Parts: sequence; C-alpha cells; structure tokens
Amino acid sequence: MPGPLPVPQSIDDTMAMLAGADYVADRALATVLFLSLRMKRPLFLEGEAGVGKTEIAKVLASALGRRLIRLQCYEGLDVSSAVYEWNYAAQMIEIRMEEAEGQVDRTDMEKNVFSEKYLIRRPVLDALSGKTGAAPVFLIDELDRTDEAFEAFLLEILSDFQVTVPELGTIHAEEPPIVIITTNRTREIHDALKRRCLYHWVDYPDAERELEIVRRKVPNANSRLSAEVVRFIQKLRQLELFKVPGVAETIDWASALTELDKVALDPEAVSDTIGVLLKYQDDIARIDQGEGRRILNEVKAELSAAE
Amino acid sequence: MARETFRSRPVLVATDGRLADNIVYFARALRKAGMRVGPAAVKDAIEAVLVAGIGTRDDFYWTLHAVLVTRHEDHQVFDEAFRLFWRSRELIEKLLAMFSPVAIENRQKERPRAAESRVADAMFEGHRKEQRPQEIPEIEVDARLTFSGNEVLRGKDFAQMTAAELAEARRAIAELRLPFDLVATRRFRADPRGRRADPRAMMRSALRTGGDLILPKFRSPRQRHPPVVVLADISGSMSQYTRIFLHFLHALTEKRRRVHTFVFGTRLTNLTRQMRHRDPDAALADASRAVVDWSGGTRIGDALDEFNRLWSRRVLGQGAVVLLITDGLERDDVRGLSEEMERLHKSCRRLIWLNPLLRFDGFEPRARGVQAMLPHVDELRPVHNLNALADLCASLNARGTATFDPRLWRGLGSRRAA
Repeated sequence: MPGPLPVPQSIDDTMAMLAGADYVADRALATVLFLSLRMKRPLFLEGEAGVGKTEIAKVLASALGRRLIRLQCYEGLDVSSAVYEWNYAAQMIEIRMEEAEGQVDRTDMEKNVFSEKYLIRRPVLDALSGKTGAAPVFLIDELDRTDEAFEAFLLEILSDFQVTVPELGTIHAEEPPIVIITTNRTREIHDALKRRCLYHWVDYPDAERELEIVRRKVPNANSRLSAEVVRFIQKLRQLELFKVPGVAETIDWASALTELDKVALDPEAVSDTIGVLLKYQDDIARIDQGEGRRILNEVKAELSAAE
Repeated sequence: MARETFRSRPVLVATDGRLADNIVYFARALRKAGMRVGPAAVKDAIEAVLVAGIGTRDDFYWTLHAVLVTRHEDHQVFDEAFRLFWRSRELIEKLLAMFSPVAIENRQKERPRAAESRVADAMFEGHRKEQRPQEIPEIEVDARLTFSGNEVLRGKDFAQMTAAELAEARRAIAELRLPFDLVATRRFRADPRGRRADPRAMMRSALRTGGDLILPKFRSPRQRHPPVVVLADISGSMSQYTRIFLHFLHALTEKRRRVHTFVFGTRLTNLTRQMRHRDPDAALADASRAVVDWSGGTRIGDALDEFNRLWSRRVLGQGAVVLLITDGLERDDVRGLSEEMERLHKSCRRLIWLNPLLRFDGFEPRARGVQAMLPHVDELRPVHNLNALADLCASLNARGTATFDPRLWRGLGSRRAA
C-alpha cells in the first residue's frame, strides 16, 4: 500500500481517482465525495442494499492509502463496544500491586488505574487518532441498524470530532477522519445527524455504467453475456418485485454464469442461477413462471436489433 | 491596463454577492416547496459552491444537491425547482460566463422573465397530475356493510374536537397498555437487583475506598416500547369510525415516539408526518388534505402489497407491532390478499387486527376477505361498541384472553358457512 496521499483537488480528479480504483462512479457521486473531502464533512450515503455504498469507503481508503476503520452497527451497539472500554482485569491487578507496594495515595492511584494504558480503543476512538495528512477513512456501516441513542451519541463525534471519556478527559482528533456513513433506510435517521453530513442517494446505475462495472469486476465474462445480463437486470428492476437485484447481484450473476462457461443467456441458465439474483421465494416464482422468459426474449430481440 | 484590473475587482465581489443572494433565494424557494432547508444549510451551500467552483451546470446542480437535499424523497422537488429557478433567469449561464469568459459564446438565449408563473405552476404540477377529476359523491346513508373496489376520490371534513373530547382522549391514551408493549434492548441500566455484573461501576466504587473493597455491582437490560405501525382502513364501510381512530392515532403519536401511520382505501397514504402536528384539529385537517380516497372503495390486498413493497423494510425494523384497523370487507376478488397478509405477518413482531364490524351481532367471519386474512394475524380484537376513543383503547388493552385468538373465529366462520 502506498503512503497516505492528499485528497483530490477537483471533481475531475475525484472521478479519475475512483476510476483508477475500479469504481465506476457517476458525476453526482464524485461531486459529493469531493465536497465531503474538501469541506471535511461526513458523507451520508443512503440507498438500497447492494448498490456499492460500503465499497466507496473501501475504494477511498485504498486509493488514498489511508487506513480503513469500520464500525458495523447493530442494535444495542454501545459505548463500550464502539468507542472505548477499560481493561478491568488489568486495572484490578494494578490496584492490588499498588496495595502490595504499600503506597495508597488516592489521587495517584486513580491516575494510574484510569490511564491510557488501560484504555481499550474501539473503532471510534481509533478513528480520532489519525495524524495530520494521514487521517483514516472511518466507515460507519448500516447506521439504521442501531438505535436512536447511538445516533445521538454520534452527533458529538461528527460535529466536533472529539470524544469525552469521563475519567480521562476530552480526546480531540488531530485531523478529522474521512467519515462515510451508510444506511439501507430500514428506518429514518434523525435530521440532526443528516444536517451535519453531505447527503447522497446512491441509485442503481444505468445500463451503460452497469455494463462498465461488469466489465471491470468480471473481466473474463463474455461480452455478449455481460450485455445480456445487464439488460436482463435493468428490465427486472422495472418490475414490482419485493427486492430487486442490486449491482452486487449483477456482478455475482455474471461471475456465476461465467463459471458455468456460458457465453449467452438461455432459459435454463436463468432458472438454474436465479437464486443468485433474487432472494425471495415469491419473486423467484414470478420470474420462473413465464415472466423471466418474456424478459429474456425482449433482451435477445433488443440486442440483435442493435447489432 | 491598470484600469482593467481596477474594474475587474469590483465585478468579482459583485459576483460573489449575487451568487450568495441567489442561493439564499433558491433555498427559500425550496423551503416553500416543502423541503426542510435551514440557514446552516444555506451557509454550507455557499461554501460548497465556493469550494467546488462552477464548472458545468451539472456540477453546480450536484454541489447544491449534496448540501441541500437530506432525504431521497426531496430529490424530485429539488430537481424541478433547480430546473426552473436557475434556467429561467439564465443565472447559471451568467455565472458561468463570469467564471470563464469563453462560455459566453455558446450560451443560449432564453425568453426573458417567463419565470414567475411557471415556478408556481411547477411547484404544484405534481399535485395537479395526481388529482383526478372528482366524481360527484353518491348519496350514501350508511355504507357500513357495503364494499367495492371502485376508486372514488373525495375529500372529507372532520368535526373539530371539543375540549372534553380532547381530555377524554388524552386520559384514555395514558391508560392504554398495548399488548406486548415492552421489549428488552441490549442496553443496560444500573440495577441493584439486576442479574448481570457491572464491572465499570465496580471499579469506580472500588476506587472510592482506595481499592480496599471491590463490591459487586449489577445491571439489567433496559426495556422500551417497540415501534407501532398502524394501517387503518378509511373506505366507505369504515367511514363512521374514521374520525375516532384518527384521533386515536394522533393521541398515540403524541404520547410515544416511533409511531407510523398509514391509511388506505383504494390507495395507501402515509400520514405519519401529518399526525405529528401538535394540535389534533390541525393534524386532522392536514390528513384530510393528504388523502384523496376518503370513504371510497376498498382494496386491502393492493394496499398491503404497496405497503410491503415500499414501506415494510423502512418502518418494520426493530421489532415493530402492526395494528391493522379494518373490517376486512374486501371487494370480491381476494387473490393475493392472503399472500400479502402472510408477508406482513412475517415481517413484524406482532400483527393485531382490530375489527369494528364485530359489533353487529350477526357478524360471522364468512366474507372471503376476512377468511383470507384470519390465518395470518396474531390477535383479532373486536370492538363491540365504537362510539368513542376510549372504546378503542379498551379493546386494545393488554388482556390476554382467549377470545382474541384468531383460530376461534376461523372455526366459527367455516362451521357456519358449511
């Protein structure tokens, strides 16, 4: 991994940086990413599952040569697993040791027991410890999974980039981390938090961009196959399915079909591998019963018309 | 030469001023169109534009978008407002021209000042499209037992709430204990009778005595209310109860956090924001404006389908309890209703069906809609006498008696039908 690189200086630079790391972004995303880097504001990415939200943070970390710190949110996430925890066992030993030595000055002991030595750093505290010019990328993944209490706690961190440890004092970041927050919208995030961030809705890519993504991510896929796969999925997204496939599914499907040595879609291949694409029984049944075949025929017709 | 430099400076400053002013006006337009854009956002927008510079129209669009839009739903409004606001006044072209003199050549002349009326039009264009021509409402004395799938769009006025009613409602809601209304979270609170050790508290108290005594401290999981999602039927057959349960929903929203309200007749409407209004009359007036299918036909299956597809993942997280208020009188075609109910049932923690039709002695769960829905509810709660909000609360109170078991009702229906 190269050393930490400075942030890009223009929207075009940002586009180039993302493209260099094999992330095919549209101009809108590059703009908001550039602004968030320059204005040092957290980037709040919302969108359906599998459209590449988490990937942005990973790509950013590798392209800028920064460390990636990831905080996976879940219900009941609390300060001791997100920010810091005291090493109680070691603290207890420290107390016993001091007693054995016979020095029991209360203030000294408190200082020793609650010193940085016994502080276990969790992702948030870790993210605040970046040096100037090398601030890490801090990914807060699936924020909607945690509860409002944790969201409220994030407010202090995201606006001032500091954490207060009661026993130790306030810890400031030398340079604020590059914060990326993702959510799947399983619940609304409070406005107060959104206001501190730059918001972007990550949508499904258009056919052209999706084809480019498949080309980059599954380089050994047949070009006819990738074109058919992308068109098929684009049409699938227009149906009223319970869960439409995301970009991640497109990539999975293209690589699955490539593994099966397919060079073009056929009805059997579609029905054999539909589980890669659709994850709900109702959706699968619907596509298996004729609608899949209809879409496939449309795709074939369109592609041969284009040739 | 010297004069040139002298002149270029004030122009630059003036550009800056204009830009800021225009962004402020634009933000104000957005606010008027219903987006929540605060002064801090405006400041950020100006800052962002200065940071990004104005390269192309697209960049400018996305720069403002990044700062001013904080909800996906607002994207359309922003898009429309941006198109009208910045195009009609040729502002971007002017700004572009100021940032780069070359751009003047290829800017297109637009007709001047066609703006004002069009901006107004555009803001309401979306609404106007949605509103179909209203049909003349048929005269309907009592529609309780009638049901149809035909879409009839009409408005509704609610009588204002009297002070006595309001007090009554508040009291009833305060006494209301919903079934299964507390869930343990994974957070803890200090509790001397708790069952889990609390090492941090132990360490703190130990230091108070200089480490001589390390006494055990305990904690236990916190409990809190799960989210409540209410799906209420507002079709013709339910119309005489609508006012009561809207009051109920408003009072419920006032009392607890995380209440989501949806109403459906022939289409599904999310009333959560309207219900947040502090004043019940204002909230009902808002709700009345937001819904177009008051007292029309019923399409329970379609409404549930829409809910499952578009909303269930957004509001049913974190163990939500769903309260379905409907008489279950679906139009004849009940295809899909059972499947949608099953999906709804499986995506929430508990599905409670509140059925006001049970007040009729002759009620038998024989209607096909009812038959399709019954297997998929956890509880069926009858409302024998729904004249006031207190009746609704009483029927919802947590008393785990067997009469709420949907299986009993199912048996009844099929026996009599046979």
